[in-house]
Amino acid sequence: MSNSGRPLSPHLSIYRWPITMVLSILHRATGIAMSIGLVVLAAWLMQAAAGPEAYLRFTATMSTRVGQLFLVAWSFAFFFHAANGVRHLAWDTGRGFDKRHADRSAWLVVGFAALATAVFWWVAT
Amino acid sequence: MAEFRLPPNSRIKKGKHFAAPAGAGTIKRFAVYRYDPDSGQNPRIDTYEVDVDSCGPMVLDALIKIKNEIDPTLTFRRSCREGICGSCAMNIDGGNTLACTRAIDVVKGDVRIYPLPHMPVVKDLVPDLTNFYAQYASIKPWLQARTPPPPDRERLQSKEDQELINEPAACILCACCSTSCPSYWWNSDRYLGPAALLAAYRWLVDSRDEATGERLDQLEDPFRLYRCHTIMNCTQACPKELNPAKAIAETKKMLAERRH
Repeated sequence: MSNSGRPLSPHLSIYRWPITMVLSILHRATGIAMSIGLVVLAAWLMQAAAGPEAYLRFTATMSTRVGQLFLVAWSFAFFFHAANGVRHLAWDTGRGFDKRHADRSAWLVVGFAALATAVFWWVAT
Repeated sequence: MAEFRLPPNSRIKKGKHFAAPAGAGTIKRFAVYRYDPDSGQNPRIDTYEVDVDSCGPMVLDALIKIKNEIDPTLTFRRSCREGICGSCAMNIDGGNTLACTRAIDVVKGDVRIYPLPHMPVVKDLVPDLTNFYAQYASIKPWLQARTPPPPDRERLQSKEDQELINEPAACILCACCSTSCPSYWWNSDRYLGPAALLAAYRWLVDSRDEATGERLDQLEDPFRLYRCHTIMNCTQACPKELNPAKAIAETKKMLAERRH
């Protein structure tokens, strides 16, 4: 939209992000993160089919600090995306558009995702 | 396509500083976006120290004071100074709002003022709204009816029907919402944006309008309507406390219901 040589006014760099805007981009980011996680999941199944040594190699990789961090992030992405997906379903019915409600549901989603991730890993380990 | 960086001619340079005169009372600093089309230079940020003890309470009061007393070259739109004309819409302290209804003292620290985001700048705080107005015109913001009006009176509405259009009809077309929307930033050539869609909704739910089908046909498009991803910036920004995001969701519902 840069017509007739006019400068473009600043946007992302100057805008103060409301919490709802943060969640919107996080929803997309966690969607992408889950697709990447799916590739790792496929690798896990392939290594399981390839025999005990290959499987051990895979689990050893995922037990490293980086591997663990990836798994925690992946589970957070799952819980966040699922909870925010429910929020979008409510919006699709025309509910929850009030500014106060949208802010509150945003924090609710963040809280749920953090708690669910913590409980999940507490139970799993 | 999303272009996150500003083009080279739009990157902001350091500007001038106007210190407060000796003996001034309480000082508030205003950092204001400046662009002079005649200079051939990039936009810059000028800072003005304003004595708020001798200034009205609103950001617009400060801008007028700067123009009157410090720097007459500062350019901005304003008219009614009571939040009904929509002329002084700009980005203040990181959010789009009207300068005339935003109090100075609710802004912590320096008051940073930019034109409405991601718009071609005519001069200083004046954006080019040609595309914005063309999009508003494209939704045909007038009553369309084939049946002639009753010969002895106006087209009447029930109180309930009137209440449906009450809120969306209160839009002042200040463009705060559309220019707060990242989807509009990246796709303003094809996405109508919250303001035009709120106006479209106002006519969709008008009991007297008979072009609902044609209006929905026009909106049923992956870009015009469906670039809305419920980011909610529009509703967060609206200085009239309207809810474009909800109007868009209701429009999507009307389209979904029509398909079944």
